[in-house]
Amino acid sequence: MTPIIQTENLSFTYPASGERLALPVFENLNLEITEGSFTAVIGPNGCGKSTLAKHFNAVLLPSGGRVLVDGLDTADEELLLDIRRQIGMVFQNPDNQIVANVVEEDVAFAPENLGVPSAEIRQRVDEALKTVGMYEYREHAPHLLSGGQKQRIAIAGVLAMKPRCIVLDEPTAMLDPRGREEVVATITRLNREQGITVVLITHHMNEAVGADRVIVMHQGGILADGSPREVFSQVELLRQAGLDVPQTTELLYELRKRGWPVPIDALTPEECAEVIAKLLS
Amino acid sequence: MLKDITLGQFFPGRTVVHRLDPRTKLLLLVVYIVALFLAKSFFSYGLVLIFLVGVTLLGRIPFKSMTKGLKPMLIFIIFTAVLNLFYTKGGKLLLDWWIFEIWSDGLETAFFMVLRIMMLVCGTFLLTYTTSPIALTDGLERLLSPLKKLRVPVHELAMMMSIALRFIPTLIEETDKIISAQKARGADFETGSLIRRAKALIPILVPLFVSAFRRADELATAMECRCYHGGEGRTRLKVLRFASIDLIAFFVGGVLLAGVIVLRHFGL
Repeated sequence: MTPIIQTENLSFTYPASGERLALPVFENLNLEITEGSFTAVIGPNGCGKSTLAKHFNAVLLPSGGRVLVDGLDTADEELLLDIRRQIGMVFQNPDNQIVANVVEEDVAFAPENLGVPSAEIRQRVDEALKTVGMYEYREHAPHLLSGGQKQRIAIAGVLAMKPRCIVLDEPTAMLDPRGREEVVATITRLNREQGITVVLITHHMNEAVGADRVIVMHQGGILADGSPREVFSQVELLRQAGLDVPQTTELLYELRKRGWPVPIDALTPEECAEVIAKLLS
Repeated sequence: MLKDITLGQFFPGRTVVHRLDPRTKLLLLVVYIVALFLAKSFFSYGLVLIFLVGVTLLGRIPFKSMTKGLKPMLIFIIFTAVLNLFYTKGGKLLLDWWIFEIWSDGLETAFFMVLRIMMLVCGTFLLTYTTSPIALTDGLERLLSPLKKLRVPVHELAMMMSIALRFIPTLIEETDKIISAQKARGADFETGSLIRRAKALIPILVPLFVSAFRRADELATAMECRCYHGGEGRTRLKVLRFASIDLIAFFVGGVLLAGVIVLRHFGL
């Protein structure tokens, strides 16, 4: 299958400004995101994961190498709108990405910019709001909603562009556990039911567990790349990079260290409980 | 403490006044203001007042919220009244005491000036009470769009306005948080001289500005990610359309203006 996003020898350096020295973030990074996949990108602070995400829809342009979105080079200014309409982007703070003071007007913002006819905007807005389960709130003021609801509005705002891929840059970092759950459930549903490619950048290992593929970034490079099972069983590697592992993996890892013959690739609490039950019987 | 700011307050509703096209309402406000400034006598003021009260009733706007909105203007109104009362001479001398003189003309001008200011403010309130901020900026953008030919950045101005309106509650909330945070560290905003209190505002304003700039930066990126590229080729979710009620409204506005002009012609 063709990758929807592809980086070829991507290098990026934040330019020097004032007293700050130039800051290289990554060098010769090669990465492919397959269409329809659900990829989680994890890594400690400052490992370049947000910077990488911003390359996916030409918010930042590479200092070396190329980024291709469906074969289109992000450095080509003529293709800018074509690229951005395919790759939707959701950021950390929902307050700073909501433009209008009525929910439906905000969701309509992207199709309005794309010059979609009014009747079709209406249709897209309603559809997007129903998808994220916020249709009843279409005439509300966004500042009166909860964090999780606001973030779902932001997702709906991106969905109204009919993108093929959504990149979410730590969308749950500012939310309470309930809001986090709402958002992750919404993202997962989009991927499973509508086949939209999802790239989820996150701090929470438990959110990465639901992905098809986990990429671990460390100091601008890729430390590990594979299915959640493969990646999270490398407990020592992750710990060295200053990362946590999911609680289930950690429990099994500790058991094994004390001499219990358990596999450590159980990811969900149910699986983990099963493994322990088997051990006890 | 900042929660009860009434800037650009809007009472949602489905009355005739609410359903009017925002452009109609903006134009009617202009007609109303012109009529108010042409009015010279009890009769013409009465005519404009009937219009004002009529629209208020039609829009089901509680009179209480009108008077509440007038409160911040009180000092200005009193000042105007006093100034006109003592400095207009003519007609009969009503009171002469020490250095104060009150003439009948002064009394009349003061009365009409106060009435005019209050009606002016109430008229603009009617517009903001019955029109959502988005509809208002939208209407303004469309009304001013001919100015685009003169390179006036109409779309950009309208966008700035609607974003400003969108961020008022967010920034108020943030200010409240900063005030609480500074109070928790022992900041004192309530006592001391005026200068001291003004100085105490600095630790509120600095973090507020820093965060506003950061928000602006993030919002700009988010807007670009959603394909924003200026007003060119932009469509709208809700298209403004003039309906038959707008025609009726224009007719009523025309009658008001004509009535005031005719009354003025006859010296009333």
